[in-house]
Amino acid sequence: MALFDAVLELADDHLVLGHRLSEWCGHAPMLEEDLALPNMALDLIGTARTLYDYAATLEGQGRTEDDMAYLRGEREYRNLLLCERPNEDFAQTMLRQLYFAAFMHPYWQAAADSADEVIRGVAGKAVKEMAYHIRHAGEWVIRLGDGTEESARRMTDAVEALHIYTGELFEEGSAEGVDALPSRAAVKPAWEAIIDHIFGQALLSRPVVQYPQTGGRRGLHGESLGHLLAEMQSVHRAHPGATW
Amino acid sequence: MVITAISPEARRAWEAAAAVPDPEVPCVTVADLGILRDVAIVDGVAVAKVTPTYSGCPATLAIEMAIEAALLGAGFVARIERVLSPAWTTDWISAEGREKLRAYGIAPPEETSGSKLALFGEVTVHCPRCNSTATERISEFGSTACKAQYRCTACFEPFDYFKCI
Repeated sequence: MALFDAVLELADDHLVLGHRLSEWCGHAPMLEEDLALPNMALDLIGTARTLYDYAATLEGQGRTEDDMAYLRGEREYRNLLLCERPNEDFAQTMLRQLYFAAFMHPYWQAAADSADEVIRGVAGKAVKEMAYHIRHAGEWVIRLGDGTEESARRMTDAVEALHIYTGELFEEGSAEGVDALPSRAAVKPAWEAIIDHIFGQALLSRPVVQYPQTGGRRGLHGESLGHLLAEMQSVHRAHPGATW
Repeated sequence: MVITAISPEARRAWEAAAAVPDPEVPCVTVADLGILRDVAIVDGVAVAKVTPTYSGCPATLAIEMAIEAALLGAGFVARIERVLSPAWTTDWISAEGREKLRAYGIAPPEETSGSKLALFGEVTVHCPRCNSTATERISEFGSTACKAQYRCTACFEPFDYFKCI
């Protein structure tokens, strides 16, 4: 079931980060961003739905995408710690998005040749969306990093706060030896090239992390994931089996 | 048994499904957009293959239901198949669809999807009102997943641009 586990991990990354972005809906600093952030959330949640559906099919136990999203507790969630980090300010939200999209874009590019039809289909669609996310988040990272004294301070703080979670992106975890999916570790040079390209313009430097924070792939999460799941799952759990 | 578009029944089914308008951009049909991939009669059932535009497009389900309803209305027993691969691209929007978008006030995609220029957003977008190239991007994201917001600096009209993916 290595493929099942690996697909579930990917789905969890997309749902959790998508939910985080959706929290900005109605709160973004300007109308354009109030459209942009939920739009990006939709891309991620759409990808998550297809992946959950596929994971449920692979498992063959009759679970549905809703069961996967709404009826698993935080220890069962296998998302990257990066994806669950709270929104904090706009600098952290945009940097988190850049870190994730800069990983997913080359990852989906590599998955475009997968022998697995579902993975190929998801990859073909998502690779274009991730290019868009890199561009949008990248523009903000540059604008804030090379902006005012205040914006530059916040962007530097964001790098300080989030960079320690990026090492986990490249852990193979349960995807080790799964032919249908690309190697996560092999994406690292492409990720670094994208980050360096943008950081160069944003007057930021990429820190060297001695001890990366990991654990999400083993179900060991920070405090914030439980709050996110509580909000996301409460309606579904209050009305078991409800459909609309 | 699969009867392809050659049979009159399959042709009639295609025409019924193809006429369904997009719920968000009603000036174009699902056939104009290229999201209706195929309609075939399989063992007496009209099977329509539909591909979503964006992973999270909220209109996907509404579109599938509308196509199914159109086929039922034309007297068919209908089934919808969601096809993910190959992924939809704006290259599949027909020439007629592009013209309809422009007439509706939405600038159609300018480059082919493989274009590096399109990927990095460095395309010249023509104003759908006055055809000027003196346009500027206001926002990467618009009222729906498939559109960005632009404005024309010649005629001062803001407009939607159908993103090239």
